[in-house]
Amino acid sequence: MAEIPRTNSQHSTSSDDSQWPLWEVFLQPPKGQPHEHAGSVHAATAEQALQNARDVYARRGEAVSIWVVPSRAITASTPEDMGPFFDPGNDKAYRHPQFYKVPHGVRVF
Amino acid sequence: MSSSAQTTVPADDPARVAEFEARIARGETIEPKDWMPERYRRQLVRMMSQHAHSEVVGMLPEGNWITRAPSLRRKTSLLAKVQDEAGHGLYIYCGTETLGVDRRELIQQLLDGTAKYSSIFNYPTLTWADIGCIGWFVDGAAIVNQTMLAKASYGPYARAMVRICKEENFHKRQGYEIMATLAAGTPEQRAMAQDAVNRWWWPSLMMFGPHDKDSPNSDELLKWGVKRKSNDELRQRFVNLTVAQAKAIDLVLPDPDLRYNEETENWEFGEIDWDEFWRVVKGHGPCNRERLAARRAAHADGEWVRAAAAAYAAKHNASAAEAA
Repeated sequence: MAEIPRTNSQHSTSSDDSQWPLWEVFLQPPKGQPHEHAGSVHAATAEQALQNARDVYARRGEAVSIWVVPSRAITASTPEDMGPFFDPGNDKAYRHPQFYKVPHGVRVF
Repeated sequence: MSSSAQTTVPADDPARVAEFEARIARGETIEPKDWMPERYRRQLVRMMSQHAHSEVVGMLPEGNWITRAPSLRRKTSLLAKVQDEAGHGLYIYCGTETLGVDRRELIQQLLDGTAKYSSIFNYPTLTWADIGCIGWFVDGAAIVNQTMLAKASYGPYARAMVRICKEENFHKRQGYEIMATLAAGTPEQRAMAQDAVNRWWWPSLMMFGPHDKDSPNSDELLKWGVKRKSNDELRQRFVNLTVAQAKAIDLVLPDPDLRYNEETENWEFGEIDWDEFWRVVKGHGPCNRERLAARRAAHADGEWVRAAAAAYAAKHNASAAEAA
């Protein structure tokens, strides 16, 4: 998941240093796989973020597609959500195929 | 490499610390938003930023030879390697930022001279063979260290290390190939290769840091799973790997005490000059001042690029606002 800094200070585009806004980088490896978080880059614009992401995370054909997303734009769950938010509802046995009976003699279903 | 002032840290809730340590013991990965002891966070910021700085400063001794590489093949390899080092620095800065620090602060500490980086880069690259030796020894030692760190308990650090390890093997092999070529060359080339080995061997062993008993941070880092092996264990592994590689290209590691112990299956080695180690760590190595001056100059010379990018972004945003 996105690795968003705890204190997300955005020093906009001051030219005194390199601290441009932070962008999270997602790469799609070849062969139809989903985009996956790779890391982050600083960049002044979305276009520059894409170029930086390519230079930093895809120098050796690691990606066929790159997404860059302003870190600020990501809403993420928190570790405190671990319990109820992700409750798998294991008590709801009817969500699983094993709950249902198949007549004897049917081997491959 | 791993000395720091033991600053006082606000006390954490012992119950939470116990819970945290139980997670580490179960082999769970700690992620940026998870609760962590303040001391764990600070140790990681220190260690990761030093590591990132090392990648960045590491470009300097090698960049020094790009224009003088002996062939186009060697030049393109070296360019690609130096570009990788820049990328590695960025991976780790990005990982460090997940701990709630700004890259800007970290870079400022490097430029101020208040941050440390690996002392190995405070040694000069006098000949072309030094570039081979850096790839072979320095990247070789880094691989031993980083393979271990790829299992670190902090997720973003471990993931950055996995990415780096994939690229680092190219660095080591290109270095070893340079050394093998020189070692099989003219008597002058052989002598140049041996001279580089003589100068780089001991500083490379120092890269793993002080003996375990003298390493103030080691116990804590091991306890929290940031490190999985101690400085001395990693150093021994590096020596064991390198002896055979030296033999294969007929170069001699400059240690009269180097001998194989059948029982432990380790190559035992002589005592490191720890006075030299601490001298260089404390800023009195051959190139400490030169490296920092070069880094500061590069930062200042890049100012116009940053200003131009910022001006472009401002113009872009203004015209986008107008269109809306």
